[in-house]
Amino acid sequence: MSSSDGAFSRWRHSEGAQGLILVSPTFLYALLLLAAPLATIVAISFWTQDYLVMIREFTLANYIRAWTEPLFQTLMLRSVVIAVIVTAATVLLAFPIAYYVSFNVRPERKALWIFLITIPFWTSYLLRVFLWKVILGYNGVLNSGLLGLGLIDEPLTFILYNANAVVITLAHAWAPFAILPIFVALEKIDRALLEAGQDLGESRFTTFLRVTLPLAMPGVVAATLIVFIPTIGDYVTPKLVGGPDGAMISNMIQLQFMKLNNGPLGAALAISGMIIVTAISLIFLWLNRRYLKVRQ
Amino acid sequence: MKGRGLATYAVAYLLFLYAPVILLPLFAFNDGTIIAFPLQGFTTGWFVQLTRIEALHDSVFNSLWIALTTAVLSTCFGLFAARASARYRFPAKGGIMGLIMLPLVLPEIIVAVALLVVLLQLGIDLGAWTVILGHVLICTPFSIAILNSAFLSLDESLEEASYDLGETKWSTFRLITLPLVMPGIISSMLIAFTISLDEFIIAFFLTGNEPTLPVYLWSQLRFPTKIPIVMALGTIMLVASLLLLTAAEYFRRRGVARTGAKDSGGFL
Amino acid sequence: MTRQLIELDRVEKNYGEVRALTGVSAEIREGEFFSLLGPSGCGKTTLLRTIAGFEDLSGGQLRIDGQDMRGVPANKRPTNMVFQSYAIFPHLSVGENVGFGLRRKGLGREAMAREVGQALDMVGLGGYETRASHALSGGQRQRVALARALVLKPRVLLLDEPLSALDKKLREQMQVELRKLQRQVGITFILVTHDQEEALIMSDRIAVMFDGGIAQLDSPQVLYRRPVSRRVAEFIGVMNFLDASVGGNGADGLEVDVAGLGRVALDPAQCPEGRSGTSTVVGLRPETMTILFDTSEKAARVAEGSVSEVVYFGDMTYYDVTLDGVAAPVTISMRNLPGRPVLDRGARARVGWDAGAMVLFR
Ligand SMILES: Nc1ncnc2c1ncn2[C@@H]1O[C@H](COP(=O)(O)OP(=O)(O)OP(=O)(O)O)[C@@H](O)[C@H]1O
Ligand SMILES: [Mg+2]
Repeated sequence: MSSSDGAFSRWRHSEGAQGLILVSPTFLYALLLLAAPLATIVAISFWTQDYLVMIREFTLANYIRAWTEPLFQTLMLRSVVIAVIVTAATVLLAFPIAYYVSFNVRPERKALWIFLITIPFWTSYLLRVFLWKVILGYNGVLNSGLLGLGLIDEPLTFILYNANAVVITLAHAWAPFAILPIFVALEKIDRALLEAGQDLGESRFTTFLRVTLPLAMPGVVAATLIVFIPTIGDYVTPKLVGGPDGAMISNMIQLQFMKLNNGPLGAALAISGMIIVTAISLIFLWLNRRYLKVRQ
Repeated sequence: MKGRGLATYAVAYLLFLYAPVILLPLFAFNDGTIIAFPLQGFTTGWFVQLTRIEALHDSVFNSLWIALTTAVLSTCFGLFAARASARYRFPAKGGIMGLIMLPLVLPEIIVAVALLVVLLQLGIDLGAWTVILGHVLICTPFSIAILNSAFLSLDESLEEASYDLGETKWSTFRLITLPLVMPGIISSMLIAFTISLDEFIIAFFLTGNEPTLPVYLWSQLRFPTKIPIVMALGTIMLVASLLLLTAAEYFRRRGVARTGAKDSGGFL
Repeated sequence: MTRQLIELDRVEKNYGEVRALTGVSAEIREGEFFSLLGPSGCGKTTLLRTIAGFEDLSGGQLRIDGQDMRGVPANKRPTNMVFQSYAIFPHLSVGENVGFGLRRKGLGREAMAREVGQALDMVGLGGYETRASHALSGGQRQRVALARALVLKPRVLLLDEPLSALDKKLREQMQVELRKLQRQVGITFILVTHDQEEALIMSDRIAVMFDGGIAQLDSPQVLYRRPVSRRVAEFIGVMNFLDASVGGNGADGLEVDVAGLGRVALDPAQCPEGRSGTSTVVGLRPETMTILFDTSEKAARVAEGSVSEVVYFGDMTYYDVTLDGVAAPVTISMRNLPGRPVLDRGARARVGWDAGAMVLFR
């Protein structure tokens, strides 16, 4: 081992170097196919496009349009509002289920419950969304069922092709992603803590408020972010069940890139959306840390 | 908080979760073109029709090929990164792993658009391979998450023992590490396969004129007369993914049993 | 006579800022049972792993059989290791585990099976070849780990706290068996332990480590009788410490005034750290002091005190006795011979002691 004296050779055998060498294929892939494209998107958002030709001159025009034109403002605002409502609905609906499975289901049956909860999620996303359209439609399953039972006289119309439908569909689509983190957080709670709470004079309900809920917060926070971030960028649901009043920002991004040949504007919209998502997520995390003392 | 009320809620919630899924087999065997109650009678005709659509078969094969390649590639990339992350400290580890895991928290449309722009700029023709590029990107973080826990639960002294007994680094990996993380590798492949098979947005942007199954489905959803056929197809896909899931769980259990470790929940 | 097998020359190991080994020098002889003893975090495992080749040296030299081990990886060293967790390969059977290292020796199938069988016989697991390895008890896993390492006939066997995962009964049994096995195979064993009793029972020589360095390297007897520092003395067994002041050199050795005991003359061998200053501490083991029950009983030296605590052990009784004129009590152990009384708390006691067993510390 005479070469083992060289500085480079010694470096090559160090832990840091071996780790770097090992991670480098994956890292290079991410660099080439994620970092570089994202950087490109950022770059072209400052350019303009004339039909198919990119004009590489720095301009803020795309961002100005993205933030001032009423159409884009409406879409962006609607995306945020829908995402907030979907997130709130999903997490609020999910919490009792996670609580039930964690606290009321016998230990040996918990896995079964979790399996039951995740099965619907393994069917095609596209089909699940489409099936909601079938359920909620004018002549859909819900209306025809309710009519057949004589509960309504004419089909309900407020449930399809608007924001309501988007909320229902997305709350369904993201359910397992909200339930699982909360369930994991609840499972981690030492049951003796709850007994201690009651032993110290709290009722069941106040124990829940003062012990269980704070300890479950990390799961709730995780669930909130896991649902919120992709929801705001969802494309399929608004397109299928949203109708004109349910369209969201992704539909516009797709339109700009694929149909209107205005990549720069699409890029500016995409980046604006990402900035908004990131800002809201960070504010949310900060609020949590500040007021609920949730540690990551 | 307790008891009856919560249980009732749980059952109602499960109904909500299953409402759309239950419709799949229901209307796949329903002898009527309109998806509405009451049901019209039993038929297997829609499944028969499935077998006659050439474009559908092409998209299925395309999707299977893409999913298989994605599963293999993202598991390989996942193996490298998970091994590095679980066993080594290296400079800028947080940043590097952060970038690799980023697709987990990035809306897929962003990934799709970004890749599309670059591929078009480079003048690369869209097709199965461009979809694979995107799918590997979003599946690798899942593979890493699965393999990372496989590597972490592998006692490091097992590898040291093999090395101490005279094996080389490589033969140790082959004789000890690989067999012991194999359940993780299989899980990772199955998960990546399933994600890729189901993924729509990236495929929609990057597929060119060789549609994947979800992209083909998307194009068919516009035609009301095709809906029952779609239902039949959905039923088959549901059964297939349940089989895959069961297989994944089986391999995970077998892995746990083989190493004699304590079972600590599912792979999700 | 005995050859040096392993030579450690100012061996250093740093993990970033942490200085795990701070210049360890020692020589380990061929065929001896050598123990590394010390409190948690003192660097025992690190030293063992540098010998095995899992850690590079930050400084100093390590020679095995006269050969510099620098750049020689673990799989090329004449050492084998028994891991603390045993590291039994869970996907291989007991036989495959034991035969694992033989794969590279190019033995035939039969020769290999014979070697594996012999190794298993040696550790008392004959006929266990086809057992699944995850269905073994703790003690059996330990034996498999031993067989797996010994079957390769290494020059040195390294054991990192191999008994710490076993319950008390099994541990005591394995201590004796391990010692017997070492004599039988004649291989050098280096054992890491933080259990001083275990080290005393099993070892030919013990290195006591503190803070990444060796504080004392001696046979169990010397270590117990003549600890070189108060810290070593406190780590191994129980010792009473008494304030003392050094006078001049007398005819019989160094003259020392010990609080509560009076003036003694100490042999130079009893003053391991040399003498500096006048105010020092001396140490006496509990069994080198006695309680004189009978007024007629004679002892070379006698002191007076009162019993402040009595702990009865069946075969032994431990007394805490406060000597007149000394604040802290000393502990004295007495065998409960037939007819010998057990004193009560508060009783007066005459205490005899052995000046030859006294050790003087700086
Ligand atoms: N890989 C490592 N990285 C950083 N520091 C380490 C590493 N391994 C050991 N150390 C540090 O080196 C010192 C010695 O550790 P070592 O494991 O040798 O102690 P030990 O004597 O075996 O203790 P124990 O009885 O607890 O096993 C400790 O302070 C430890 O924290
Ligand atoms: Mg140790």
